[in-house]
Amino acid sequence: METKNIMIVGVGGQGTLLTSRVLGGLTLHAGYDVKLSEVHGMAQRGGSVVTFVRYGEKVFEPIVEVGQADVLIAFERLEALRYAHFLKKDGVLIVNDQRIDPMPVVIGAAEYPEDILETLEKKHRVLRVNALEEAKKLGNQRTFNIIILGIAAQHMDFSKEDWLQVIEQTVPKKTVEVNKKAFEVGYQLHA
Amino acid sequence: MKDKTIMLGNEALARGAFEAGVKVSAAYPGTPSTEVSENIVQYKEHIYSEWSPNEKVAVEVAIGASLSGVRALASMKHVGLNVAADPLYTASYIGVNGGLVLIVADDPGLYSSQNEQDTRAVARAAKVPLLEPSDSMEAKEFLKFAYDMSEKYDTPVIVRTTTRLAHSQGMVELSDRQEIPDRPYEKNIAKNVMMPGNAKGRHVFVEEREHRMAEEGCEFPVNRVEYNDRSVGVITSGIPYQYVKEALPKASVLKLGLINPLPRRLIEEFAASVDKLYVVEELDPIIEEQVRSWGIDVIGKEIFTVQGEYSANMLRSAVLGEAQDFDAPAQAPARPPILCPGCPHRSTFYVLNKLKMHAAGDIGCYTLGAVSPLSVVDTTVCMGASISTLHGIEKARGSEFIRDWVAVIGDSTFMHTGINSLMNMVYNQSKATVLILDNSTTGMTGHQDHAATGRTLMGDHTYAIDIMGICSAMGVPSVRMVHAFAVDELEKAVREETAKDELSVIVVKEPCALLDKSPVTVQYRINQDVCKRCGMCMRPGCPAITKAADGTISVNDTLCNGCGLCGSICSFGAIERVEV
Repeated sequence: METKNIMIVGVGGQGTLLTSRVLGGLTLHAGYDVKLSEVHGMAQRGGSVVTFVRYGEKVFEPIVEVGQADVLIAFERLEALRYAHFLKKDGVLIVNDQRIDPMPVVIGAAEYPEDILETLEKKHRVLRVNALEEAKKLGNQRTFNIIILGIAAQHMDFSKEDWLQVIEQTVPKKTVEVNKKAFEVGYQLHA
Repeated sequence: MKDKTIMLGNEALARGAFEAGVKVSAAYPGTPSTEVSENIVQYKEHIYSEWSPNEKVAVEVAIGASLSGVRALASMKHVGLNVAADPLYTASYIGVNGGLVLIVADDPGLYSSQNEQDTRAVARAAKVPLLEPSDSMEAKEFLKFAYDMSEKYDTPVIVRTTTRLAHSQGMVELSDRQEIPDRPYEKNIAKNVMMPGNAKGRHVFVEEREHRMAEEGCEFPVNRVEYNDRSVGVITSGIPYQYVKEALPKASVLKLGLINPLPRRLIEEFAASVDKLYVVEELDPIIEEQVRSWGIDVIGKEIFTVQGEYSANMLRSAVLGEAQDFDAPAQAPARPPILCPGCPHRSTFYVLNKLKMHAAGDIGCYTLGAVSPLSVVDTTVCMGASISTLHGIEKARGSEFIRDWVAVIGDSTFMHTGINSLMNMVYNQSKATVLILDNSTTGMTGHQDHAATGRTLMGDHTYAIDIMGICSAMGVPSVRMVHAFAVDELEKAVREETAKDELSVIVVKEPCALLDKSPVTVQYRINQDVCKRCGMCMRPGCPAITKAADGTISVNDTLCNGCGLCGSICSFGAIERVEV
């Protein structure tokens, strides 16, 4: 199998770390070679955060490069726009329909682009979700990243059982059930 | 079957320390090295570990442990090694008793550092061996090899990582811990007391050691030749090896693990067996220049940059001349790092900005006081430099010149080296004003304890050094404390202290907004009936306050941390406190 390239992008503090932990556990569980890379120097301070996940028979480079991503998971609209050129021609873009203004927008030095999703849809296969709203319906806002993973699961190489098992091993014990539900919500959303 | 798991490079290094039988570990946090110590804590039944106040102290602690006969570790980021350069250069002469290893993390691409220096140059200058792994598994294994080497050749060893390795996860096979018996301690003045007469003899030993390692290093298992198509050969190491394998799968590769001293014979043999030879190394041409000096023709920095990280695409373009036919990135407003919602530093910088103050800055989250909209910080050099650079400005231009200047330094950075600079201000009669932004933690690197927090790395409660007490004891005539969100009091304190003709310290106290992990219970909302849309509340640049296209200003309820800074600066009482 050819090495599969996944990218997760978001804003520092959005919890991309948990997402990559689940993906790491999953690839290990399935017996692939895997490399994950995330740079989190000043990322906690509201900056743009990028995580790369690569898995396959044998993985060398720990980063995904421009034009290589099979799946790009964006936790925020502007970050989707910023990294969309990393997608392969037939890659899938999953976007959490949330807006977080970066500082240049807050202070009026730049404008938050309108119609990001419409622009991206002209070029890419885009799967939208308002994961925060969906998570609120489940009564636990923090499950929003597992909902997003549920969508991504339809475009990756692991069985639903494997996903659920790894989620169970990764999230805090008290939240196992709600996270499993969250996964199911995402899994069915664009099925 | 051995256990397999996925580990961060830094986590694998910590595991390597455990498996190597290390007994003492000391460090000061610094991205991207911090997780080494954070992971060593899990082995606390076997390894004593500590946050030392700075890297010099950490390396000296490790030297002491090694001299006493146990395996010891110190870890730090590249600029931390500058602080620890003094002990390192002489530890090179003394050598070791128990194995002594320094993990040093470089930051090509400057993800979170003030410069892009190359630790391999320091290893050459200090004449200590340097190993460079290229994935998590190697990180663990090379660290173990480093201890064997350290004891065999009687030398400290540096294991160098980079951000990409330190913060990448890969597969690791676990092994058991080797129990290494303590070596006997023997007093040996000629070896361990570096006064000139003794150091002369040890310098001879150091030079012999370098020659011996360069020769015997040709057989070290950390170096590997992968012959393939011999028309193209590549000498590489570390993370760039991965890019080479990805971009040039047919090339022959000499993968070096030992970077200092270079295994010359091995390199000469490889060079002789390939037609065209490249050296692929991030940052400085450390390998390339030495290889060239031996009369070997190589292609290196004339086509590869000395700045930033490499990638497979970059090699495809530089080596293979492949056109890079990719979409250009979309135009998107930048998202630079910012002070978090609820950050006490925002309040401090708001006040300093309002008073039109200049600030000599330091290393920490509060370096972000330099960015728009507050733009208070004038200079940032290195740990502890805020206080000493302000002193220099005062001595050069007089105390009137610094009437509208302060130094800003965090609590952890003050304990690191700021304390020395303040001592200098007292001694040399400064009249400056120093703000110690005490947020009760080492914030930037992700909340590590330090000498003034009352807790150790291993989780024990301990004496919390009293920062105000230290300042008073040193003889600072005016020492006062203000809470960061008491905006009016803070403003008054800064006005009064900068007006005085004596040295003052203002400790601006408020815990980091991220320290308390419990859910937010208080937030602020803008009462639109009262709001005049003057934009005053937006001046501090809080990311939770946004203005819509129609001019309506509102507080984002997923971001607001309830600090209340906006409420205390609104002149119309339009911002209300709500329980959530």
